[in-house]
Amino acid sequence: MSQSYDVIIVGAGIVGAACAAECARAKLKVLVLDRGPIGGGTTGAGMGHIVVLDDSEAQLALTSFSRRLWHELAPALPAEVEYDQCGTLWLAADEAEMAEVHRKQQSYSARGLRVEVLKAKAVAAAEPNLRSGMAGGLRVLEDGVLYPPCAARFLLEEAVRTGATLRTGVTVQALLAEGGVALADGSTISAGISVNATGPWSPELTPGLPVRKRKGHLVITDRYPGYVHHQIVELGYLKSAHSFNKDSVAFNIQPRKNGQMLIGSSRQFDAEDTTVEQSILNRMLQRGCQYLPSLGSLSALRTWTGHRAATPDKLPVIGPSTEHARLWLATGHEGLGITTSLGTGRLLADLLLNRKSEIPTDPYSPARFANGATTPATHD
Amino acid sequence: MTEQLQIRVNGRPVSVPIGTVLAAAIAGAGVGCFHRSPQGQARAPLCGMGVCMECRVTIDGRKHVRSCTVLCADGMEVWTDE
Repeated sequence: MSQSYDVIIVGAGIVGAACAAECARAKLKVLVLDRGPIGGGTTGAGMGHIVVLDDSEAQLALTSFSRRLWHELAPALPAEVEYDQCGTLWLAADEAEMAEVHRKQQSYSARGLRVEVLKAKAVAAAEPNLRSGMAGGLRVLEDGVLYPPCAARFLLEEAVRTGATLRTGVTVQALLAEGGVALADGSTISAGISVNATGPWSPELTPGLPVRKRKGHLVITDRYPGYVHHQIVELGYLKSAHSFNKDSVAFNIQPRKNGQMLIGSSRQFDAEDTTVEQSILNRMLQRGCQYLPSLGSLSALRTWTGHRAATPDKLPVIGPSTEHARLWLATGHEGLGITTSLGTGRLLADLLLNRKSEIPTDPYSPARFANGATTPATHD
Repeated sequence: MTEQLQIRVNGRPVSVPIGTVLAAAIAGAGVGCFHRSPQGQARAPLCGMGVCMECRVTIDGRKHVRSCTVLCADGMEVWTDE
């Protein structure tokens, strides 16, 4: 049987879109399938923070590489992507968190990433709506924000312009070991490889994959231009993101260009349904009010939830599966998928074409989970 | 005769009977644009029952309040995006 496509990518979220754009650019014959619309899953439910994080060397490598790819792409992004290099402001509430500010400052600076340590007064001047008495903060100047579903659409339009085919509303039943996919209507489409880019739903197509759904809540406000100027995140957010077992909330607010703000964040495992839970929402907003005392007087327009694709070591899964050489993975990006989508697409194409990649791909290899190992080999 | 109260809409004094819904007072004062869409288009109340969000105005400095769900109060200072 002749192959209809070189690559079939399942999932038209931002990760699948970035993979499609890179593969199509490399002249591969690409088909993208999604059971829903573009960005209708995790991509459409999240904030859209382009952020460098340094939980591990591999996370720092992938986020800084990806952020640079966003910078390169920025001039080409259409207005509706709402890309804004507003920077991240990490808030330290006390001296213990200030120590983390200094640790981060060294870690980022050592890599040539532009950051500024802000003392209490400078934080108050940068964000006057914050409560007084912050110990300080770290401004990461070249972080930014964007509107994820439009970014995914842009990447897919790029892919289609360079020869890819996009079909939405098509449900994939199974990935075929011999290459290609079986659709829910009983038909099959052949391909050299298939890529599972279905985020939190990826274990449905790749059983045994250690990707778990991690639920999050968000609130969007009416338009209050200038209320905050940066994506502001409490340093306690890192503790929240790290705790792997209990429900947690942390203060995280994102300004959009039109003056609206997205307020988060929450993290819950074993919460499959998408209901907005009042108790979590209350905790999340109370946390926000501790940092922005006037937050409660603003008008919220809508609340919703989504699911992140979490892995045990906080790193995505990129590359061929250990069971079948024709089944590839691009999933497990948890809360960083908007940032790391571009790096993922680039690395996936590098691996497929045996090109030398700019950063090592091993830390993201599916092979690290072989033999049932679901915890990282090293922890830092 | 019904007792009147005084509010100000876009800086102009408006006199309305007690019990008047603010959206009605604004419309009665001849103001057609309550707020503007993100693209700058003028908007005015559609549903009159707090659902469509098109009647949002600034009341006593508080932005984005649905004027169809608020009764006029004496001395109220109201601004629209006229």
